[in-house]
Amino acid sequence: MSAAAVILLSLAYLLVLFGAAFWCERNARLSELVRNSPYVYALSLAAYCTAWTYYGSVGRAATTGIGFLPIYLGPTLMAPLWYIILKKIILICKEQRLTSIADFISSRYGKRASIGALVTIIAILGIIPYISLQLKAIATSFEVLVKNFSAFGFYPENTPILSDTAFYIACILILFTILFGTRHAETTEQNEGLVAAVTIESVIKLIAFLSAGIFVTWFVFNGFADIFSKAYQIESLRKLFTFSEQTITGTDWLVLTVLSMFAVLLLPRQFHLSVVENTKVAYVDKAIWLFPLYLFIINIFVIPIALSGLMLFPSGSVNPDTFVLSIPLSQGNHLLAMFVFIGGFSAATSMVIVATIALTIMFSNSILMPLLLRAKLIHPKDEYDLQKSLIHFRRLIIACIIMMAYVYYKIVGTQYSLVSIGLISFTAIAQFAPAVIGGLFWKFANYKGAITGLLAGFLVWAYTLPIPNLAENGIIGSQWIEHGLFNYALLKPYALFGISGMGTISQAFFWSILINTTLFCAISLLTKQSAIEVTQADIFVDAGKQSNQKSTKPIWNRSADFEGIKVMLYRFLGAEKTDQQLQGYAQKNNIQLKKIEAADSQLITFSEKLLSGVIGSAAARIVINSSIKTENLSLQEVIHVIDETQQIISYNKQLEQKSAELQRVTHQLQNANKRLTELDQLKDDFITTVTHELRTPITAIKSLSKIIYDEEELNEHKRNKFLSVIINESDRIARLVSDVLDLEKMETGKAIWSFGKVNFNTIIEASIETLKPEISKKNLQLNLSIAIEDIWLKADHDRLKQVLLNLLSNAIKFCPDFRGKIDVSLEKMPPYALLKIKDNGIGISANDQQHIFDRFTQFGELKKTKPTGSGLGLSISKKIIEEHQGKIKVKSELNKGSVFSVEIPYI
Amino acid sequence: MQNKILIVDDEPSIVLAINHLLSQSNYLTETAENGLEALQKAAQFKPDLMVLDVMMPEMDGLTVALKLRENTQFAKLKILFLTAKISEKDRFAGYASGADHYLTKPFDNDELLMKVKQLLEK
Repeated sequence: MSAAAVILLSLAYLLVLFGAAFWCERNARLSELVRNSPYVYALSLAAYCTAWTYYGSVGRAATTGIGFLPIYLGPTLMAPLWYIILKKIILICKEQRLTSIADFISSRYGKRASIGALVTIIAILGIIPYISLQLKAIATSFEVLVKNFSAFGFYPENTPILSDTAFYIACILILFTILFGTRHAETTEQNEGLVAAVTIESVIKLIAFLSAGIFVTWFVFNGFADIFSKAYQIESLRKLFTFSEQTITGTDWLVLTVLSMFAVLLLPRQFHLSVVENTKVAYVDKAIWLFPLYLFIINIFVIPIALSGLMLFPSGSVNPDTFVLSIPLSQGNHLLAMFVFIGGFSAATSMVIVATIALTIMFSNSILMPLLLRAKLIHPKDEYDLQKSLIHFRRLIIACIIMMAYVYYKIVGTQYSLVSIGLISFTAIAQFAPAVIGGLFWKFANYKGAITGLLAGFLVWAYTLPIPNLAENGIIGSQWIEHGLFNYALLKPYALFGISGMGTISQAFFWSILINTTLFCAISLLTKQSAIEVTQADIFVDAGKQSNQKSTKPIWNRSADFEGIKVMLYRFLGAEKTDQQLQGYAQKNNIQLKKIEAADSQLITFSEKLLSGVIGSAAARIVINSSIKTENLSLQEVIHVIDETQQIISYNKQLEQKSAELQRVTHQLQNANKRLTELDQLKDDFITTVTHELRTPITAIKSLSKIIYDEEELNEHKRNKFLSVIINESDRIARLVSDVLDLEKMETGKAIWSFGKVNFNTIIEASIETLKPEISKKNLQLNLSIAIEDIWLKADHDRLKQVLLNLLSNAIKFCPDFRGKIDVSLEKMPPYALLKIKDNGIGISANDQQHIFDRFTQFGELKKTKPTGSGLGLSISKKIIEEHQGKIKVKSELNKGSVFSVEIPYI
Repeated sequence: MQNKILIVDDEPSIVLAINHLLSQSNYLTETAENGLEALQKAAQFKPDLMVLDVMMPEMDGLTVALKLRENTQFAKLKILFLTAKISEKDRFAGYASGADHYLTKPFDNDELLMKVKQLLEK
């Protein structure tokens, strides 16, 4: 077959594919179909099956038998886990507008550009061998097809670049990748065209491979049974179906399974197709069974083809990686061979295009943008069209990545089988697993842990896989591979830390992941998260939970000039897109755009997410931070913040007040209740005391009157004595009753007062006059010192006199006979008239003084000489004085005497 | 031999009445107007019976009764409470302090005399 024909066919195929993609994007209905089909989504994931699967599986099966299987077993095992992991990742990425695995990791760990950059570097360095593998597969299959069978076993090793097929293939792929991938700047927007193309390629590679399988099984041989029975007779082939040193060990098998589990989730292109291009989270449900089914179908014929190739071609004469193509060719079926070539071409191109686009987005968003912004090489507010320059940058990056893959292919790739090259990539990508999975489910996973783990894992990977490869190809010295670095046996790259016996991939995976995970966990536990990391950790770990609906709110307040934000969005998104998005935002939040002056936190967060879709989360953060005013707060804003804080504080205070009020009311109620109980008790006590006080005179009256009645012979003297006691006791009862009623009236406010202008001096003098007989009876000395001027009061004359009589008679009562002395004085102490009545009687103890104005106070001392009072006199006096807005006090010392003072405001 | 009775009450009018009643009934009487005085008088006078009020200054009647009961010297002394405290609780406290009988005020002259007689005959 002529080279020109093959090249033309390939180009035509790519053009058709691009045409389909283009048409799909232009045609609304078709675009809708691609967007809304879970089958398209599931088939697009089949980009996992690259030329590695298409050619490499057969090659792998031909050398290691079932050793090819783990690469498909891993994803099959992973698929059910998508339900938890992938769905969560999709939710987060949609919400946060994350566009790549680097963006995802960087966003999770505090939107730090550094970790995104590291992930990008690992991804690019890790994926380049993988892309070179595709170049190699296309180039080899092209050679096989064009050189028509005669080229078997021919490796285009030292071909000059300009006559190297692979170089031109690389150029074509650059062109198409640019066509497919860089027509839009924004990457969160679904690229239906790309998805459509990948889906078509998935279908074509499946049909082509199945065609080859059917041809080999039923046309070259007579069905599966024929192939297997013939193969079973050859001893070397029989061994392919067991675990052994020659084929594959159990450990390697297990490691490869785990590796591919990680790969299907974390490979940048798988992340791109399954997360970024996902239109509905629910599509994952379909992909969970459809994708493993696809893997199963495409692998059905791997072993038959491998066995056929081994049986048809003399050992070593044909590279097993090309069996799929070389068998139809050897049988003279050129049409099928052509179709098979197109299938393989499909598998390779879909991988190269999607992987390169994914890596480009990662590089431009996680490395280039933050770098340019940091270095102020571009400025968000610059005049030139950022969108255009962004696209130019991306095109350049695409070219660079594919060219690097070509270079890798030229230097290293020709020496190794497809699968062993691919596994190097898988191991590199697996380094993301701790940071991604830990970040999804472990809130304490932090930036320091993630970046250290990643870096360490990456270094171990580099030391054990690609660097020895380079050394073996003579790019660098290879002395150290045998003896270990610096001759330390422990540092032998293929037997790190003295452990040998595992395959190179297994031991590289084992050590890199072990060290990565250990550092990730340990450092996360030992160090603290920054504030933004805590927020992000919450968003990521709690994604999908109900309570998380509003947690995207930033924890601090930011505000920015709305115009500034808008200008920036115009720069990166374009005017049309910006207006459209802002309109949507306004509608959703029920606000009018025209009325917005300052962008609040929510709008800033929204803008940041929009930007993040174009330039990645780390870069978006830098851009946003450059325009918002968190650092240089104006005085007004500070006041605003304080105001807001104040409001919150005052709101809290109000709450506190309310609760304090409630507490106070409760307290008052409790007090009232206590008071009521006390009053009740007082009332009881009062009644008990009154009845007791009544009982005593009644007892005397009853007993004495009975004696008088019974004893007729009672002498005159005794009779008179008894009668006088009876009269006295009766008076006592009468006084008591009237006092009780008096007090009761005053306490309940029922007492009738007749206030008038009263001369205090006169009342005092009159009271003393009334008590003259008692004074002279006890032979007391009474000194009266009254101010010359009259003092007038507004008072109830009779009641005030009652007080004076009470106080004076008390004084008289407690004064000793003969040497008793009472001093009465009246003076003005503005605004009060101050009356003092001082006696040299028995005095009142300090303790008793507290209760002296209470009702029925029982004083030990007072009781000694049974007073004739009711025990209510002072209580009543106090009430009366209080009614006059005055005060009554006592000062006393036991056995020295007492001073009662009365203060009443004068007029 | 005449029985000796000590009358203890802080109300002179009541002391007057009881003293008269008991003297008329041929008892030898003595009076005290508070608890402390009652204890002193009891030691000097060595009464056979004591008519004792409860609410008094210096020392209340219950304490007086308790003190007397502690002393074997007054083992045979009869104590008759005569008080205005009429509740069951008070009554119980009275008997608990060692009283032989508990009468409440206002009392009946004949009842008092009868109780005194009964107690002294025991």
